[in-house]
Amino acid sequence: MIVESGHFALALALALALAQSIIPFVGARLNDVALMRVARPSALAQFLLVAFSYSALTYAHIVSDFSLVNVIENSHSMKPFIYKISGVWGNHEGSMLLWVLVLSFCGALVALFSATMSDKLRADALSVQGLISAAFLLFILLTSNPFTRVSPAPWEGRDLNPILQDPGLAIHPPLLYLGYVGFSIVFSFAAAALISGRIDAAWARVVRPWTLLAWIALTLGIAMGSYWAYYTLGWGGFWFWDPVENASLMPWLAGTALLHSAAVMEKREALKIWTLFLSILAFSLSLLGTFLVRSGVLTSVHSFASDPERGVFILAILIFFIGGALALFALRAGALPVGGLFAPISREGALVINNLLLSVICATVVIGTLYPLALEALTGEKISVGAPFFNGVLMPIALPLALLMPIGQMLPWKRGDLSAALSRLRVAFLIGIAALAVFLASYGAPYLSVITASIALYLIVGGLSDLFQRVTVRNDGARATLTRLSHVPLSALGASIAHAGVGLTLLGLAATGWGVESVIAMAPLKAYEVGPYQLMIEEITPRQGPNYSEIYAQMTVQKQGVTLGRIEPAKRFYQTRKMARSEAGILTIGLGQVYVAIGESHPDGTLDARLYYKPLVTLIWVGALIMALGGACSLADRRLRIGVARRSIALRGGEAPT
Amino acid sequence: MSKIYKLMLGAFFVLSASASFAVTPEEMLRDPKLETRARAIAAQLRCLVCQNQSIDDSDASLAKDLRLLVREKLNEGLSDAQVLDYIHARYGDFVLLRPPFKLGTFLLWASPALALIGGGGAVWWNLRRRRAEMSAGTTLTEEERHQLSALGAKVWDQDHPPLAD
Repeated sequence: MIVESGHFALALALALALAQSIIPFVGARLNDVALMRVARPSALAQFLLVAFSYSALTYAHIVSDFSLVNVIENSHSMKPFIYKISGVWGNHEGSMLLWVLVLSFCGALVALFSATMSDKLRADALSVQGLISAAFLLFILLTSNPFTRVSPAPWEGRDLNPILQDPGLAIHPPLLYLGYVGFSIVFSFAAAALISGRIDAAWARVVRPWTLLAWIALTLGIAMGSYWAYYTLGWGGFWFWDPVENASLMPWLAGTALLHSAAVMEKREALKIWTLFLSILAFSLSLLGTFLVRSGVLTSVHSFASDPERGVFILAILIFFIGGALALFALRAGALPVGGLFAPISREGALVINNLLLSVICATVVIGTLYPLALEALTGEKISVGAPFFNGVLMPIALPLALLMPIGQMLPWKRGDLSAALSRLRVAFLIGIAALAVFLASYGAPYLSVITASIALYLIVGGLSDLFQRVTVRNDGARATLTRLSHVPLSALGASIAHAGVGLTLLGLAATGWGVESVIAMAPLKAYEVGPYQLMIEEITPRQGPNYSEIYAQMTVQKQGVTLGRIEPAKRFYQTRKMARSEAGILTIGLGQVYVAIGESHPDGTLDARLYYKPLVTLIWVGALIMALGGACSLADRRLRIGVARRSIALRGGEAPT
Repeated sequence: MSKIYKLMLGAFFVLSASASFAVTPEEMLRDPKLETRARAIAAQLRCLVCQNQSIDDSDASLAKDLRLLVREKLNEGLSDAQVLDYIHARYGDFVLLRPPFKLGTFLLWASPALALIGGGGAVWWNLRRRRAEMSAGTTLTEEERHQLSALGAKVWDQDHPPLAD
């Protein structure tokens, strides 16, 4: 009964989404406030219905209702409780339902936190949001229904893919989707602005918090996914340039560009048209990513569902929304007024270069991801575009971008002085050059690591220099300094923190070149060197888990006779799916990690093992966390709060706030 | 077929009864320099039956065969490029994770440069247009200048010195 109600709620949500997409839109055209105000309650009700439907599916998974195909294929009565919950989105149907849940959640957020915007803007934005919801609800109901029953019901399910049975997966997809789908809000506002032909700094102020929110979630989601791959796939890789990973990187790059161009638009009313374009692009790339992952057009680690019919449906949705938005853009963008003017050497100019380089990186990732598909479709030729291509092509663009980041922060708006900006960065330059010399002397090769690490240090120092100089502008004691720190605008503080975060991630990436790896057959009770540490197997024992059996090795990690910790790398075997999975043993020492994956054991008592020492590796993800922290800081900025936007709308003599 | 390869192949058959994990100690070459080169080459080759993994990372038996082949060729004294060429010739473009530069992949390789040139050109063109608009917008017509000075304002801009009182 609960399952049927969930199914019914989903159909009801579709009807409501259609109403939400039509009624407020018509109201906005007729200037009928009553019709426009249908948008908010319908967005809220739609969210509640989808949430109910999602809970019903979760309930079916928790109670192991094996009359549902979705539960049979992805669950098992003995599966741990947390994976019964996360297993709901560990499959095609469930993850699409989560996608729509997040989409309607975004719609509800707009409905709740849009008190200050004009009825018209809200009505148009929510009607676009409703249309996107309707398309995806239709997709779920017609091609990917998670509520399909089967009779007779089997006694037991087929369990969830073992690599998905991991705590990391319980957090990664919801965060990632909040990021992906969060850009739908920005997309809807862009479409609304294009429909009404009104766009100004107040619009940018409305849109920027949503962009930040989506960006923060996407940053955390990507970092989480990367760390998950790092410790579950068993060979310590954290980014594979897999199309599915690229699918999340593309909207992130566009979103990062959007954050910066929206800042220009908000402050200086410049780059309006470009900001609109990026708002459309970010969500379009999310849709493209959804298509790549969910259509089965690729087969990769993440593509656990594939069905060509679904692909055609998503492709149609993709063409409708991206094509529609771009057509609207082409039609209206030319008529939009050109905004503030600025000299090439200025904060705006620097942000234009930032946008140019980010867009080039984004375009390269998009083309690199789609190229093999297009080439195969057109000529039948099969090529692979993998890590060596992306690393080789993108580093020469990303490193200059990193070099420019602190310089941009130092330039004032409108018109700047390059030599003054450079001289404010002299400490950062000196540290970068000193680091280059030290790394070259102590490590030598690989040169890419040496260069990247030096640039990373320069970036960290340079990113924080602006903040430091603002605060210590006069030498008048700690108290005055602290007062000044509390007066630094949070968005400037956020920028400094986020840029330093990029530097930390870059440093972690650079340090991968200095890692140590050893692949050996380890004998028990014998110490093996890996980097500065010694590893020893104390015992190899079998163990029984809830839905798997495993062999694990108890190992100690020592440095000069002192035991630093113990790890238990394991090799698990999942009976139901007959799949093996390696469980890495990881010990974090400082910022680095010792990482061990084990393989076959031999009759002579030895055990195949891959031992790694990865210096500074945690910085890759710590840096991402700090980027997100910087974003959160910026989000908390008073000027982004809604009251100020209201005042400025009123000052402009725009539509009356509600 | 070299002796080591035969030995390895023997070891492989003994051990392949259950799932292995990527590079195993048995596969590795004695000479650490040669082994480092083998690893670097393996990272550039795709496991043909896998989902976007290099043969260095893959558990598949085909990946293992290729790893052994790479090591055999290195033992025969081939250079890195020669080994890659040999495998490329046998398995086609698909095996290379860095696609070869040829007519079909021209756009792929050129895409970053094209994007940079196209985007940079658009930015430059826009800035120039803006500047033209800026100077056009700030220059007053002769008539406007007279009107303003009639109102008592001292009018001048970059092209015209202030009018005499």
